[in-house]
Amino acid sequence: MTSASPSISAAGPAPEPSALAEISQETLALCRRLFVQLLRRPSTLVAGVLQPLIWLVLFGALFSRAPEGLLPGGISYGRFLGAGVIVFTAFSGALNAGLPLMFDREFGFLNRLLVAPLRSRSSIVLASVLYITAMSLVQSLAIMATAALLGYGWPSGPGLFVVLVTLLLLVFAVTALSLGLAFALPGHIELIAVIFVANLPLLFASTALAPISFMPPWLGWLAALNPLTFAIEPIRAVYSGSFHLGDVVLNAPYGSLTAGTCLGLLAVLSAALFLSIRPLLDRKLT
Amino acid sequence: MIELQHLSKRYGGGRKAQPVHALDDLCLSVPAGCLYGLLGPNGAGKTTALRILCTLLAPDGGSVQVAGIDALAQPRAVRRLLGYVAQEVALDKILTGRELLQLQGDLYHLRPADRDGRIDELTALLAMNDWIDRRCGTYSGGMRRRLDLAAGLLHRPKVLVLDEPTVGLDIESRSAIWQVLRQLRDQGTTVLLSSHYLEEVDALADRLAILEAGRVIAEGPPQQLKAALGGDRVTLRVREFSDAEEAEQVRRLLEDCQGVSRVVVNRAQGFSLNLVVDDDGVVERLRRQLAEARLPVFALSQSRPSLDDVYLQATGRTLMDAELSVAGLRDAKAERKQAMR
Ligand SMILES: Nc1ncnc2c1ncn2[C@@H]1O[C@H](COP(=O)(O)OP(=O)(O)OP(=O)(O)O)[C@@H](O)[C@H]1O
Ligand SMILES: [Mg+2]
Repeated sequence: MTSASPSISAAGPAPEPSALAEISQETLALCRRLFVQLLRRPSTLVAGVLQPLIWLVLFGALFSRAPEGLLPGGISYGRFLGAGVIVFTAFSGALNAGLPLMFDREFGFLNRLLVAPLRSRSSIVLASVLYITAMSLVQSLAIMATAALLGYGWPSGPGLFVVLVTLLLLVFAVTALSLGLAFALPGHIELIAVIFVANLPLLFASTALAPISFMPPWLGWLAALNPLTFAIEPIRAVYSGSFHLGDVVLNAPYGSLTAGTCLGLLAVLSAALFLSIRPLLDRKLT
Repeated sequence: MIELQHLSKRYGGGRKAQPVHALDDLCLSVPAGCLYGLLGPNGAGKTTALRILCTLLAPDGGSVQVAGIDALAQPRAVRRLLGYVAQEVALDKILTGRELLQLQGDLYHLRPADRDGRIDELTALLAMNDWIDRRCGTYSGGMRRRLDLAAGLLHRPKVLVLDEPTVGLDIESRSAIWQVLRQLRDQGTTVLLSSHYLEEVDALADRLAILEAGRVIAEGPPQQLKAALGGDRVTLRVREFSDAEEAEQVRRLLEDCQGVSRVVVNRAQGFSLNLVVDDDGVVERLRRQLAEARLPVFALSQSRPSLDDVYLQATGRTLMDAELSVAGLRDAKAERKQAMR
């Protein structure tokens, strides 16, 4: 019912507005709502920055006296840790993607969206993805800025680009996972429990805090299969100065991975996750 | 305008619970421009029927048409025609009323200028000026309902569907909503509302259907339904609390009386007797006969038939009793879960 004003109605029914215009109108409106919520209740945003910040400062201080040359490449621990904390920030931000949606399901707000003649119900998902991507990138940039202030460096122009692309790929994958959970689980209590349980083990079983060479073999295997590692290592390479897609960044028990392979794996993972939650979304949103 | 044909819907039927037949061959036809009431006790299936109509729920069987469009085949076309005001108001506490309406307008693809003009219009119509720019979290129940109604009306729907729009409201909000609904009907909108307030439907609706256990048990304009019953209703109590035996005795006595019909013992109300009398003279004769039989009269009331009598006639119990008998049987939490997507 967009034809509110009787303009040139003599020429029969008005042509249907383009799908793109309608989809962007609904997506933007849904996205705006999420941002208004965030600005009026910024605690999630602040907590999402504060936690990694504490990690960065505390862990950095804890290992500041670690002997030189302990880490591969001879970098300081703070610089080593930086990449891990940046990735962790984006990761835990994206893990929350499903929460607003879960609350909408529980409080019936989703029904309000579903009785509306949305051009595509993917708009609901798209709005969440846009929102959470923007939010976790802002959080990560805040952490990167702090790391820079602590003297751990700031990636150069192309390096910054690589960092952002890496984070984006990871955020997409985790967002897909979280949105899927928001529809699969019965309520927000369960969702928060899963987020809570997934968070720290994934951090510890990655190369965020220590290189694989420090780990017992079983943990090394886990870390080498953990998607967080695929994001951490390319970013760490950027931070350590020279970055080339073809450089080996990870010596996994099953072989060496280049930065390019890591990014490729992340891309495949997010695509696979989005594809696999699709049937679930289709079912719940029709 | 709205055609529901042979709708059926079952809930549950898992390992533990046995299935609930929420709708059982429900047929309903709402003419265009009509203010139509759907009356029924708790659990009659009103919400289920309206959710199916609004494409939120798929029926197990049957067909749904709105303005000639098949809602099951072309849900989006139907969604554009419909405004839906749900039984449970879902607002976003953080947004202001205006922001919520803007969101709603965008979901219906209104042009921004048109949308904002329309919001001002509805704000004035529903007397929400002082509240529209405050957060929904601070609204009273009445204000929440009004905002929800405004949201339903924003895109000028041809058909407005409201699920118990006035339940639990103060008198002022209620009459504000009634007035708006009448106005809409006068402007040609088809309005379908559910209610379990008899007076509401009686006062408001041009036509109504009474729903009981998922089917329509009576249908028509309220005047006609009441007139069809004929006679006056009398409720008689010989004592404040009678027993079954005495009630039965009185019933036999009354049935022999001329001009008396349909004598029912109302167990739920202390074995009082409901009957129908042809004219006022009959009541006088009744009093005499009771006196001759040495029976006291604790209370005797006489009234024109009401919708409650229509319901009583069709089901053998009053609407109130029906409500009481299901209260406590339903598991609100489980239903909420099920209704979640
Ligand atoms: N999601 C659900 N899961 C299981 N049973 C349900 C669900 N929703 C409704 N029911 C059952 O279906 C029947 C009809 O419910 P419905 O909500 O349609 O009634 P209603 O007429 O709207 O009642 P009320 O006046 O209380 O709103 C009831 O017996 C109810 O217990
Ligand atoms: Mg209901």
